[in-house]
Amino acid sequence: MTKKVVIIGGGIAGMEAASTLSRMNIDVLLIEKKQQLGGHVGEWDHLFPNFRNAREITRSLLYDLQDKHIKICTSTEITGISKKSGKFEVRTTQQQTFKADSILLSTGFDLFDARKKEEYGYGIYENVITSVDLEQKLKESNVLTMASGVIPKRIAMIHCVGSRDEKSGYFHCSKVCCITAVKQAIEVKQKLPHAEIFCFYMDLRMYGKKFEELYREAQEKWGIQFVRGRLSEAAENMDGSLQIKSEDTLSGRPLKMNVDLMVLMIGMVPSESTTFLGKMLGIHFSEDGFINHDDIHLENNLTNVPGIFTAGTVTSPMTITDTIADARSAALKIATYIS
Amino acid sequence: MKEFGFSITKDRQIDYDQNDHRLLNFVLENEPSFIVCISCGGCTATCSAGNLIDFNIRKLNILIRRGETEDLEREINKCMLCGKCMLVCPRGINTRNVILKIKEAIQKFR
Ligand SMILES: Cc1cc2nc3c(=O)[nH]c(=O)nc-3n(C[C@H](O)[C@H](O)[C@H](O)COP(=O)(O)OP(=O)(O)OC[C@H]3O[C@@H](n4cnc5c(N)ncnc54)[C@H](O)[C@@H]3O)c2cc1C
Ligand code: SF4
Ligand code: SF4
Ligand code: SF4
Repeated sequence: MTKKVVIIGGGIAGMEAASTLSRMNIDVLLIEKKQQLGGHVGEWDHLFPNFRNAREITRSLLYDLQDKHIKICTSTEITGISKKSGKFEVRTTQQQTFKADSILLSTGFDLFDARKKEEYGYGIYENVITSVDLEQKLKESNVLTMASGVIPKRIAMIHCVGSRDEKSGYFHCSKVCCITAVKQAIEVKQKLPHAEIFCFYMDLRMYGKKFEELYREAQEKWGIQFVRGRLSEAAENMDGSLQIKSEDTLSGRPLKMNVDLMVLMIGMVPSESTTFLGKMLGIHFSEDGFINHDDIHLENNLTNVPGIFTAGTVTSPMTITDTIADARSAALKIATYIS
Repeated sequence: MKEFGFSITKDRQIDYDQNDHRLLNFVLENEPSFIVCISCGGCTATCSAGNLIDFNIRKLNILIRRGETEDLEREINKCMLCGKCMLVCPRGINTRNVILKIKEAIQKFR
């Protein structure tokens, strides 16, 4: 009998794992709760570190899913999973039941809800937006304006919103938002050549390939300015602009600044879906709320439950590059496990 | 140096080996959360005193870490103990208690 794998979550991790498994002649059922595959990457416009159109990624991954070994169920959620004599039984909201030899959890991450960081005024002040809102605006329109329709003259990108912050409940670093801020700052500058753009950061984490180069380009070519200090608060002025406060730690003095638009670089947090499924399956989570690995170096696709594997951002924030590598490695681990 | 009549201006360098680290150790022992400061400056940005006068709590804290405690007594007395800094600290440091412990340590090691 052919072996079967159920993949839960059709973001880029689930998609890449599905096509990799199918190429090894393993039957896959890919379950996605939304109408479309692609996950968060489907919402992005152009990608760091090279401004590639995000649609190229999802299109390419979708293309690879056309295979006789792959069955896809969209708009489907999991209602229950049970394990009987080494086999899993997965029940869905479409009243279907599927048997599986192995399960891959690729249910991804959630975005931090910026309203929780009240002192920054998201949802209260109209000119405070998130990096995800900005991504939408870049995707949908050629102009970027304040809520009033006026062109902003000064824009602040605020790093670490809902990351590295015990006050908002998440102490981990989201890894992608420093470079996203640099990327978006450049994109904004391209649209608004006369605007001044400031990034307020605690530490700049430019660890990936071509990240440091992009940071340098932001300074050299686009005149983006960097202030090392964490924002303590923002207040709205009469005209809708914002007064923000931080310390300019490198000069050692408190700093205030008026800006027309403030962009909050929101973090990647453990997804509610993953927590729900993980609890149902008895999976261990680490302190940061993401799925735990007992062996972080050598077995980073294994959970504590035999037969259940992970791929992508269910275990930690990751870039696309890292997610794809993790998904391929998960597929290989699963293939070895079921054979 | 003084007896030779040379300059009495202190060297600009932080002389880490020569500095006195007792104060730091006392604060760390009595308010261990002090150790996790990342010098983000959130406290200074919101500080009631620091916005008005020359007083920088983050900088004072980093100087203590290096054993630079000159002028500390005069500086720390500028704090109004309002506790605003505690509300913003992303590392959840009990900054107000850190300040109280610094004051205690100054008395102890003066
Ligand atoms: C603002 C921002 C910008 C970014 N920009 C870039 C960039 O430019 N370049 C780059 O390399 N990376 C970027 N990233 C990172 C990138 O988004 C991630 O690497 C990628 O989305 C991870 O994919 P994933 O499949 O692990 O998770 P996700 O994208 O979260 O996909 C998970 C999927 O699982 C589905 N799902 C969840 N629960 C269930 C369930 N119970 N049942 C069925 N389906 C379920 C979800 O609907 C979703 O489709 C960015 C991240 C952020 C936050
Ligand atoms: S990647 Fe940068 S902005 Fe994002 S949480 Fe880490 S340090 Fe903060
Ligand atoms: S807010 Fe907290 S972490 Fe930041 S500099 Fe002040 S004490 Fe250190
Ligand atoms: S407690 Fe002291 S250091 Fe903290 S905000 Fe108030 S005045 Fe500033």
